[in-house]
Order: sequence, then structure tokens, then C-alpha cells
Amino acid sequence: MIKTTYSDAILSGFDYLLKNYPEVFILGQGLWSPWYVGNTMKNLDKKYGKDRIIDTPVSESACTGAAVGASICGMKPIVVHPRMDFMLYAMDSIVNQAAKWSYMFGGQLNAPVTIRSIINRGGSQGAQHSQALHSWFAHIPGIRVVMPSTVQDARDLLISSVLSPDPVIYIDDRWLYEQTANLKPIKETPLNALTPKCLKKGDQITIVGSGYSTLLALNASKKLNSDGVRAEVFDLRVLNPFNSKSILDSVLKTKRLLVIDSGWKSCGMASEVITSIVENVPTNTLIDPPRRITLPDCPAPSSEVHEKDYYPNEEKIIKFINDSYYF
Amino acid sequence: MSMSVIRAAEIKIAEAKKNRLVKGPVHLGVGQEAIAVGVSKNLRNTDRIFGAHRSHSHILGVDNDLHKLFAEVLGKNTGFSGGMGGSMHLASKSKGFLGSVPIVTGTVPLALGAGLASKLQKSGDIAISYLGDGATEEGVFHESLNFAKVSNIPILFVVENNLFSSHMHMSLRQPLNTINRFAKAHEIETKLVDGNDVAEIYRTSSEFIRKMRLQPEPYLIEAITYRWFGHVDWREDIDVGVARSKKDLLNWKKRDPIKRLSNAMIDKKIWTIEKQHTLDLKVNELIDVNWEKALKDDFPDRKSLLDNVYKYD
Repeated sequence: MIKTTYSDAILSGFDYLLKNYPEVFILGQGLWSPWYVGNTMKNLDKKYGKDRIIDTPVSESACTGAAVGASICGMKPIVVHPRMDFMLYAMDSIVNQAAKWSYMFGGQLNAPVTIRSIINRGGSQGAQHSQALHSWFAHIPGIRVVMPSTVQDARDLLISSVLSPDPVIYIDDRWLYEQTANLKPIKETPLNALTPKCLKKGDQITIVGSGYSTLLALNASKKLNSDGVRAEVFDLRVLNPFNSKSILDSVLKTKRLLVIDSGWKSCGMASEVITSIVENVPTNTLIDPPRRITLPDCPAPSSEVHEKDYYPNEEKIIKFINDSYYF
Repeated sequence: MSMSVIRAAEIKIAEAKKNRLVKGPVHLGVGQEAIAVGVSKNLRNTDRIFGAHRSHSHILGVDNDLHKLFAEVLGKNTGFSGGMGGSMHLASKSKGFLGSVPIVTGTVPLALGAGLASKLQKSGDIAISYLGDGATEEGVFHESLNFAKVSNIPILFVVENNLFSSHMHMSLRQPLNTINRFAKAHEIETKLVDGNDVAEIYRTSSEFIRKMRLQPEPYLIEAITYRWFGHVDWREDIDVGVARSKKDLLNWKKRDPIKRLSNAMIDKKIWTIEKQHTLDLKVNELIDVNWEKALKDDFPDRKSLLDNVYKYD
């Protein structure tokens, strides 16, 4: 069986949606060119037509608003932002409009738009071409935020997002595109049924990640196994609304919590995960204080020298765990 | 719904705001009724209409349920948005009024998407985007005009140019006092109309909408008008507006769209002063009945605070 890459899994999710749901259409910049979105949307315009795969003017704000508006009118649009940094032009349509459309009008209307936003960093791209702002969006009630980490989820979370009656931000990370796995047949799952998932069992420490940081956590924990450290690894998958139950159960067992996040430390997703666990475990449950590995609180540097210090990686995580814990 | 009823409803709301029966802010469009009434005559329930912060006339233009408007403004659970929106968040899905919000220009790209949806659905339905002159100063307005034109989207931008954005006169905000130049810059067919002449608005919107249904294309109407009340609530605000004077207000009141229509019809001998009086009485009765009914309705249940944040539970 030929293994599928993460980026091909996204492509197969799009293909499934376009094939089975005539109300699905996609708009965004660079959709007719592999330059912007890698192989994740390759040839979709040729297969499904340029009416349904719309490469747009340089107008993030209008395009996102248009996707929101079309979603209110019975369509299932996906708006693609090839780089999350540029999506900030569209904040009004996301935060003020889509997230609140159901609530403000007493539930008579809803905006089931999917906003695909790509984290694209490294390679000396610098402060405005590197951001991972999932925590911002996870702060907003009314908008669901998902971050697929596995190849399987890259496809399946996309399908669940587009079929959700609520607005969803689907965040994929270019650093995951070369991951491979065998894909199971597609089974549609409602997004509200999806929660954080345990990817590796263990009983000494619970490590939580999302997106690329889950991959780091998983790889690091596998190496730690040979040192005799038994880590349990969770992938958040759905950041908002955040369901902490399975992680809480895990921490009650392991009594240690480490969160790895690809965002900044201050007011970040790691803070939210730690708080939601700490406020729910009995006093003296934790053997060690809860800890987090995040980006340092500075913009992404362009310098290659600084980049090495800026991003977490497997070795740093292993060292951090070896230095911080005595199992 | 007629201009007279919309006028009377807003005056009722103004009084209630003054008497503190209404809690949230109300943006009244008294003096501007002709625009929504003229445009709405051409619309059907499957069209997609988006309003803004001053949208009582826009929703009443297509949904004559006065009770629901009053209930919503009063925050009652029988209102257009179940009491969850108030004056600034109105919607009537079954009539095609898909939402009004107070973020200036916030609904313009949404209406664009509604038009795009119509085009993809090949329904012949059109989108209406009501906006004011202030909204034309936001970047997304220009993005939306451009996108609408290059993608042939059936959307009618209806710009109610009442010369003021909140307190600021247009002459202090833009180099020219008309905005249809922006349509021309994007090769969008446009017409500048007297916003206080309901017949002219009807004729122009009718022509544009007929064309849009046959061949999806954007159009823009700029309707020059004036609001009798200040930016928000019941006061005239002649003292806080920059370049807003008592004299200007009185002159604009002489251009009252309702009196102009009534007098023109009387001149043409298709209407009489007596009939106008009878109509006024009926309108007042209609207002009072619906207002009293809304006053008696309930507020939303306290337990509903978290309802409808998501459609999935």
C-alpha cells in the first residue's frame, strides 16, 4: 500500500468535499498556482472548474467576508490563506462577523464557513512570514479552531470542518507536509464529536501538543522511551471549544504535565491547557509544576542564527525533560 | 412597508429611547425612508439583503412585521433576533434580510459573498448591500467593488449618502462630496439619485435589478439624503455635528420624501388631503397596537445566555 503524505491527505479531503457536496467551493490567493499552497490543491481548478476554485484579487478582507456571506446563503465555502500573517487583514469578517452571526440573530442564521490558514515559517522568512496565531482565534467564542497534526487528521478534520454548521479555522503547518501514513477510508464525523486524542500511551508524564508541536512531542517521547521515560502524548486537534477531559484523566494518572506549543508563551494555548488542568486536579496531585515549551516572546527572527534558538525541536525537548524531571 | 409607517415607527422608537424604555443605542434614519422603500419594491424573498447600523428602514422595507421590530428594539424574545440583537442586529431570514450589524462596512463583503453564492447557485437572486458614505472610506469597500466587478457578481451597492459619518461632514473626510466616482474607477455602472425621491429610487433600482437578474453584474446607486436625527438616539445633534446646522436641517426637512410624494400625488389629483389624514391616523393606530403588544412580551430567559454560540451543541 502506498503511503499518503500530509499534503496529499489535504488534497484528498478537498477532492472528497468537492465531489460529494456541490455547495462546496474554494476561494483565495494562489489557488491556480502550486506556488502558494504546495500540492495541497493541485489541479483542483482543472478538475472542478475555475467557478468553484476561485483564485482571487489581493483582497484577504473582501474574500474572507465573501466566504462568510456565501456560507450564510447555503454554500459551504472554504477560504484559503496561504500564509496566516496575511489573514490578519480579514479579522473583522472572522471575529466580528462569522463568529457571532448565529448568536447575534438568536440562532436563525449561521455562517458555516471554513477558513484554511497555513503556518509557513522557518527559512529566514522573518517576523511577518512566520506566525502561528491559533491561540488568538481559540479565544473567540463562536469559532471552532482545529489543527491537524497527523496525516489522517489532515484529511479528516478538513472534511469535518467544512461539514460543520459553525465557522471553523483549519490550521495546517507546512513543516508537516512530508509526513506519511496509510489512510483509512473516509468516514464523516461531526466536528463536535472530536476531542484531543492520545497518540502514545505512558504513565510518567503527559505531554500535550498541537499541529507540528505534537509531532515534536511524539518523536521526542519515542526517543525518551529508550531512556526509560514513559510519556503519554496528546494531540489537541480541536483547540476551541477545548475539551480537557481526556488530558485531565491522563494527568491524574501521570501526575506530570508538559505542554508544547508553536505559539508564544504569554496568553498562549499552553497557558490555557495548563490552567484548565490545574484548576481541576486536587491539590498535591502534581509531582512537578506544570511546564510549557513555547516560542520565546519575541517576533520570529530573520537571522538563521536566531532561528535556531527561536523554534523548539526534538533535541531541545528531550534536554528540557531530562533537565527538568526526575522520574 | 410604506415610508409613513417606517417614519412613525422610528419616531416611536426615538420617544421610547428618550424615555429610557429602550436600553441599547438606536440609529434612526428619519428623513431617509425613500431609499429602502424604493429599492425594496423590486426585491423578492430569495434575494439577499444586508444592512448596517441604521437599518430599521431596510428590514421594514421587506418585512412589515412592526411588532418584531419593536420587540427586538425593546430586547424582547419575540423580536426579529429573539431579543438577542437589539436595534443594531436585525435579521429576517424568510424575507431575505440576512443581517445588519454596527461595524461600519462589515456587511459589505458578506453581501458580496451572498451575490457570489447566487451566481454559483444560478438562482437569479441578487444581493443588496446598504451602506453609508462613511463606509466608503473603509478599504474593504474598495476591495469589494473590485472583486464584484472582476467576478461579475450580482450585487447592488446602495450608498445612502447623508453627508455625515457620525459627526463629521463629508467635506472634512473626502476630497469630493459624492462617492459614485469609486464605482466608475471599477467600471461599475452607477447612478447618482435624489435620495428623497422615492419614485426616482424605484425607477433606478428597478432598471439595475432587472439587468442584474438577466446578467450577473454589480451596480451602484448613490442616493443623496439627510438624517433628521443625530448619529445615534433621539437628539437632533445640531450642536455636536461638525458643519451640521439648524438651518441645514430645516432646509432638508423641506425636502421630506413623504410630503413630497403626498403633495405630488395631490397635485396630480390621485390623492387628497383627507385621504392623507385618514392614512396618518391608521398608521398611528398600527404603531400603537404593535408597540403595546411588544411591551407586554417577555425578555429572553436568563438560561439562554449560552444558546446559539454554536449550532452544534
